[in-house]
Amino acid sequence: MNAHGTAIKYGDHIDTDVIIPARHLATQNHKELASHCMEDIDKSFVSRVKPGDIMVAGVNFGCGSSREHAPIAIKASGISCVIAKSFARIFYRNAINIGLAILESDKASENIAEGDEVDIDFDTGVITNVTKNETYQAVPFPDFIKDMIATGGLMASITGGAK
Amino acid sequence: MGMTMTQKILAAHAGLKSVTAGQLIKAKLDLVLGNDITAPVAINEFDKAGFDKVACGARITLVMDHFTPNRDIKAAENCKKCRSFAKRFDLEHFYDVGEMGIEHALIPEKGLIAPGEAAIGADSHTCTYGALGAFSTGVGSTDMAAAMATGETWFKVPSAIKVNLTGKKGKWVSGKDVILHLIGMIGVDGALYQSLEFSGEGLSDLTMSDRLTISNMAIEAGAKNGIFAVDDITHKYMEGRCDRSWKAFDADSDAEYARVINLDLSKIPCTVAWPHLPEKTHPATEGSDIEIDQVVIGSCTNGNIEDMAAAAEILKGRHIKKGLRGIIIPATPKIYMECIERGYTRIFVEAGCIVSTPTCGPCLGGHMGILCAGEKAVSTTNRNFVGRMGHVQSEIYLASPAVAAASAITGHISHPKEVMGE
Repeated sequence: MNAHGTAIKYGDHIDTDVIIPARHLATQNHKELASHCMEDIDKSFVSRVKPGDIMVAGVNFGCGSSREHAPIAIKASGISCVIAKSFARIFYRNAINIGLAILESDKASENIAEGDEVDIDFDTGVITNVTKNETYQAVPFPDFIKDMIATGGLMASITGGAK
Repeated sequence: MGMTMTQKILAAHAGLKSVTAGQLIKAKLDLVLGNDITAPVAINEFDKAGFDKVACGARITLVMDHFTPNRDIKAAENCKKCRSFAKRFDLEHFYDVGEMGIEHALIPEKGLIAPGEAAIGADSHTCTYGALGAFSTGVGSTDMAAAMATGETWFKVPSAIKVNLTGKKGKWVSGKDVILHLIGMIGVDGALYQSLEFSGEGLSDLTMSDRLTISNMAIEAGAKNGIFAVDDITHKYMEGRCDRSWKAFDADSDAEYARVINLDLSKIPCTVAWPHLPEKTHPATEGSDIEIDQVVIGSCTNGNIEDMAAAAEILKGRHIKKGLRGIIIPATPKIYMECIERGYTRIFVEAGCIVSTPTCGPCLGGHMGILCAGEKAVSTTNRNFVGRMGHVQSEIYLASPAVAAASAITGHISHPKEVMGE
């Protein structure tokens, strides 16, 4: 499993209220959620994000509410992986449960700049910054999470993969 | 090696003798909670997976509290989805408008959670029930869907920060000041993935209302849960509330903690968190230059009767500053009635405030008090993130009910003594 895309960079403590503001939570439509993703801190995100792009942020990404609409909005906007120094724990669970790839790496978070081309190998946890010709090692997913993703997320894993 | 309170509860619910930090476990749940925003997403997942029954054992509880009374057609559709689901599976604990209160005030009030029990809720403030010595934590909708089907969920056993409380709170200081002060000390990710475990002789100075507020905002320090040792105050609170037998879990004397924080309650000032993070704390006395447009007193953090009493004491016989909007939201129908019976409602209305039916409403910028660009609010809610209560250029200052009520009268951030004297 790999990802490749252009980095879109944010800072520390990106909370779920800015990822998807509560005023849009009455919908569960993925496309509609994606159309408002990040709008309160970055109005241009929706127009510049391309399928496969990689979101890079600092510490405590996804802090705040438990709204699963947040990882859903990011995933539906085309982001293939979020790299951060750390994630808030509910966001971390939600991302895995809905199949949004996430990796923790201090180095990648610090060295990847907006617009850098990034390659990710999820099996090894190696993040390659193609633009800067650097690599960063993230901890790859543990086996139980790989299994969950392989069977199609949490719901598929408890129904035995039949979805 | 000894275990923390949280670890003991998790071990008991996983059917294990002991667990250690970092261990992955499957635990049985006593309560699975969702609201009108998160439950519809969970119901979609539940249906998509093809389940035709819900797990027995776990009390599945749905509370229609966020965008209710329905603020728009989509909100009405979401509640309808929950209502049909509750009917389809004959759920006993479905709370619709009229019976619903803000979930984290309603659930302890109704005895739906007890010490030693384990709960998850598709709402980040589910950590509130740690006040009773229960393990409870917020999850997402897919976790909720899986738990409705299986009655269990997976956890990574957390390490813990022990908060050793000593001393007695000063006049006008409440649980809200304690938790804001603590978040100011350790930061909004200071307890990331960890438990906050509160114990020590200072416990006796914290009412259940104080504890509910403190546990409620554990998530604002990134914590998985915030739990209190069970004592006489807990036993008294539980009296007549629930007929299930429950068990208190104490931390082992040799439990290992990642960190120990000593907190002297007598040193904590009335505290306010400046925008846009709960860690940006200042003593309330530093806010006299900050003119405000709105005050909100309520939410799952501060909508209890004790919070209403603190506001009423200050607002009694006074009027809020002309031009300022005062919005008071008792958290449950029972608290709402008690406000009427104790005369608080009259005090609030005569002071120029409105008193709303229970709803999360303005706390998350849903309805009932949205701010426009440039406006500032003092609010007893839990988050002051960018755009949380409305426009991205509005500002939220988080405070206790006493500070909020005093600020409503003066029109700027005020320590209660500014209104009430020393």
